[in-house]
Amino acid sequence: MRLFVSEGAPGCLPVLAAAGRARGRAELLISTVGPEDCVVPFLTRPKVPVLQLDSGNYLFSTSAICRYFFLLSGWEQDDLTNQWLEWEATELQPALSAALYYLVVQGKKGEDVLGSVRRALTHIDHSLSRQNCPFLAGETESLADIVLWGALYPLLQDPAYLPEELSALHSWFQTLSTQEPCQRAAETVLKQQGVLALQPYLQKQPQPSPAEGRAVTNEPEEEELATLSEEEIAMAVTAWEKGLESLPPLRPQQNPVLPVTGERNVLITSALPYVNNVPHLGNIIGCVLSADVFARYSRLRQWNTLYLCGTDEYGTATETKAMEEGLTPQEICDKYHIIHADIYRWFNISFDTFGRTTTPQQTKITQDIFQRLLTRGFVLQDTVEQLRCEHCARFLADRFVEGVCPFCGYEEARGDQCDKCGKLINAVELKRPQCNLCLSVCPLYLSFSLHLFLNLLSQLEKRLEEWLGRTLPGSDWTPNARFITRSWLRDGLKPRCITRDLKWGTPVPLEGFEDKVFYVWFDATIGYLSITANYTDQWERWWKNPEQVDLYQFMAKDNVPFHGIVFPCSALGAEDNYTLVSHLIATEYLNYEDGKFSKSRGVGVFGDMAQDTGIPADIWRFYLLYIRPEGQDSAFSWTDLLLKNNSELLNNLGNFINSQPRAGMFVSKFFGGYVPEMVLTPDDQRLLAHVTLELQHYHQLLEKVRIRDALRSILTISRHGNQYIQVNEPWKRIKGSEADRQRAGTVTGLAVNIAALLSVMLQPYMPTVSATIQAQLQLPPPACSILLTNFLCTLPAGHQIGTVSPLFQKLENDQIESLRQRFGGGQAKTSPKPAVIETVTTAGPQQIQALMDEVTKQGNIVRELKAQKADKNHVAAEVVKLLDLKKQLAVAEGKPPEAPKGKKKK
Amino acid sequence: MAAAAELSLLEKSLGLSKGNKYSAQGERQIPVLQTNNGPSLTGLTTIAAHLVKQANKEYLLGSTAEEKAIVQQWLEYRVTQIDGHSSKKDIHTLLKDLNSYLEDKVYLTGYNFTLADILLYYGLHRFIVDLTVQEKEKYLNVSRWFCHIQHYPGIRQHLSSVVFIKNRLYTNSH
Repeated sequence: MRLFVSEGAPGCLPVLAAAGRARGRAELLISTVGPEDCVVPFLTRPKVPVLQLDSGNYLFSTSAICRYFFLLSGWEQDDLTNQWLEWEATELQPALSAALYYLVVQGKKGEDVLGSVRRALTHIDHSLSRQNCPFLAGETESLADIVLWGALYPLLQDPAYLPEELSALHSWFQTLSTQEPCQRAAETVLKQQGVLALQPYLQKQPQPSPAEGRAVTNEPEEEELATLSEEEIAMAVTAWEKGLESLPPLRPQQNPVLPVTGERNVLITSALPYVNNVPHLGNIIGCVLSADVFARYSRLRQWNTLYLCGTDEYGTATETKAMEEGLTPQEICDKYHIIHADIYRWFNISFDTFGRTTTPQQTKITQDIFQRLLTRGFVLQDTVEQLRCEHCARFLADRFVEGVCPFCGYEEARGDQCDKCGKLINAVELKRPQCNLCLSVCPLYLSFSLHLFLNLLSQLEKRLEEWLGRTLPGSDWTPNARFITRSWLRDGLKPRCITRDLKWGTPVPLEGFEDKVFYVWFDATIGYLSITANYTDQWERWWKNPEQVDLYQFMAKDNVPFHGIVFPCSALGAEDNYTLVSHLIATEYLNYEDGKFSKSRGVGVFGDMAQDTGIPADIWRFYLLYIRPEGQDSAFSWTDLLLKNNSELLNNLGNFINSQPRAGMFVSKFFGGYVPEMVLTPDDQRLLAHVTLELQHYHQLLEKVRIRDALRSILTISRHGNQYIQVNEPWKRIKGSEADRQRAGTVTGLAVNIAALLSVMLQPYMPTVSATIQAQLQLPPPACSILLTNFLCTLPAGHQIGTVSPLFQKLENDQIESLRQRFGGGQAKTSPKPAVIETVTTAGPQQIQALMDEVTKQGNIVRELKAQKADKNHVAAEVVKLLDLKKQLAVAEGKPPEAPKGKKKK
Repeated sequence: MAAAAELSLLEKSLGLSKGNKYSAQGERQIPVLQTNNGPSLTGLTTIAAHLVKQANKEYLLGSTAEEKAIVQQWLEYRVTQIDGHSSKKDIHTLLKDLNSYLEDKVYLTGYNFTLADILLYYGLHRFIVDLTVQEKEKYLNVSRWFCHIQHYPGIRQHLSSVVFIKNRLYTNSH
């Protein structure tokens, strides 16, 4: 047999590895062909590697070739191996070839490459760790390992694309990479040039089309129902029977909250919102809401928790805004600080303290850190060429200068960017620069201004790397945070200017710098410390206590460099035993309908408007958390909000907990408000174990701060509950024999206990709904505020429940439609229905040809319009014409008329 | 045709009496089978091969190493090429390739009927019913193979029977 390979064809890796693994290469002839040579006579498109068998048959599928080698050695494949190979072909390959194309042909890097394969990598990692086996299909290596390893090797051999947190994938990959046949195959194909060795082949390939609709999806992956062992069931039953007595005493409320030796002390911060912007939904989910869920969860675990945030108030933007509104910067901050605080209060964010950065403590701590950096030699002085206004007697920050754009000649270009051509400008390049502050006509002078720089190079960089090396492994830093931090380090750290020519900021305590303040990115992150200092004078017990404090910082990904690099460098350089971030939790971006949130265009929902929609805060919280951009961007959509509310909340959760005729309602209706006796059957015990398993899953996810995924566990338990009631039909049994009545009692009792458990699990997500359920069930106080890892009977027989009423309201289409219109963005889709003309003619070949030409012509028109991103309605009209022409063509060609979809085309 | 419906067809054609229930996963509605003892199976061809073994008809997966590899190759082709691409141009390239491949073959493996024939038949059905008379003529070998499989006992079931007769306008004159 003869194997056809081509320089740099990725498929050669698994094939050569399989050949080496399965048999000697004695009878295997290898021929090298060009990437565009057609080896297989019946295939239109070129394909390598290809194996020509002695019978003359061709194997043109990489997996099939590998399989053939294994089969020749007598190794058959089981179901699990087949499943991996099918997954490799349908899921992994499309993602992987896109990633390799971006990397090798288009020269993209980082997240642009990793983004398309992350989901697939995570899937492998989860499968490996779930089944706890070293190989994909069990204890021994199989064909699946070779095929997947070979596919992944070109990408993963660069450690930057093998995410550290996927530890199971990591060790599987290492194990295979050190095997002799794999090593040999890797050397032959990559020739020690790394992934670039694939270039000669990949650049001849068409660009892989990105899998449609996968980039932005709000649907998490399905989980399968686990199989339960007898032990698991027995343990779940034992825990359940212990009931309330297994709850520990409630932690007494402390004020202020301070770290306690020997306890788990959790310090949580969410990125400080900039004071003069009203936050939109994306800001809210990115920081405060995500951090709030974790803080509430942390308290449910009885961990000693402090959650803080505040407004970031210094900087140019505040100063400009103050001038616009004719107020002082302080007045602007006071005004907007209240707006922020109100919005977060409405969203029920459980801050222990919500402070601000314009306080004496901020000055004190920032200056202290600065002094320490200065005395240790980490601060450099350097001159910067800058514009100076004699009239105002100050150097002008970029934003304070206006002039003529050097690129397009626009008259009112700003000092940092031109609004017309969008190019970034250095203020000194502006023609006829003008001072924005005094608007005086006197010319500006170029002058040298002395600035301070934090020297991130040298020692600090080394210390940072050392610290990251200690911190990252085993921590819960999100993949994007790890990636951004790593790529900053890889590009090398440069000295960073930490001063600005402004008045509104923390003063620089150094002679000659009286007119300058610290640049916000040096002192904004110090805000967390000063806000704590304003909360308690013992703030150092939180912030200079790395051994005892676990610091979780929440933010959107654009904020990662300040928290992952800049602040840690300052803190390490200050040598004052600061608490550094243990878990940096960064979200991706949330889009609005099909685009971005935009304050200026009035597109999107902003924090203060959410209150006016008539939709309760908990529904907002639920939906935002359901679509939390965890791992990938997601999109807010009004229609989706309506669907999720009406399906998940109303029909699933609400239906189970207490709408008629479910758990809570049964207790009132059939058992006089008292929880009935429960006699568990084996089926009930299995349900207990399933709920326990899901609860433990919830804990595992939230401990890793996978907030969105954990919400699904709640909904899964509720679905189990609904099914349980549906199958057991207590409303029928209650009218039956004594045994039937007892069964109805057990089912009702167990269901109402699941409702109680759900109320606690729901607490971090929907605090008001949770409290309402708990009040309705009269759940005893310790059970309300503690969540153990086992499902307990917290409502024993005889417990009296309160009045039960519905929890959720249906959202109606017209209500949502009017909200959608009010907040702009995606328009309602009203496409005119094309008039259907039935023509019954028999067409000759000329007519068919003419119609075909028309279709081609019209098709080109539509494609061009789409490429030019033309107006939607215009495109739609042309598409209608095209469809009509196609229909005429079909009739002319004598094709069967289109039947209604789903009938004929089954 | 939804994957679950297709697998039910396959069950019947294999003579498996007890019908399985399938759930669907994700956007592409990949079928999932919950087996009695053991983990679930995901994916059309994975489940199909499992059903064949369950029915003790292993010969449908091929008898020699070569045949087995070829069967799997066409099963992969089914889920990646036929299901993956549905633009008209792609389908025509695909039919052209298949037509040329089938020129000297009765079945996909040559002389033996296998699971590959069944699943390619199910997968192509929706495209073949829409072909014009001229196109059916053009992909003559595909038409011959397709017509043969649809008459294979127990395969077609309720799917519509595609007509391949040539009318008098198209005699074998050339």
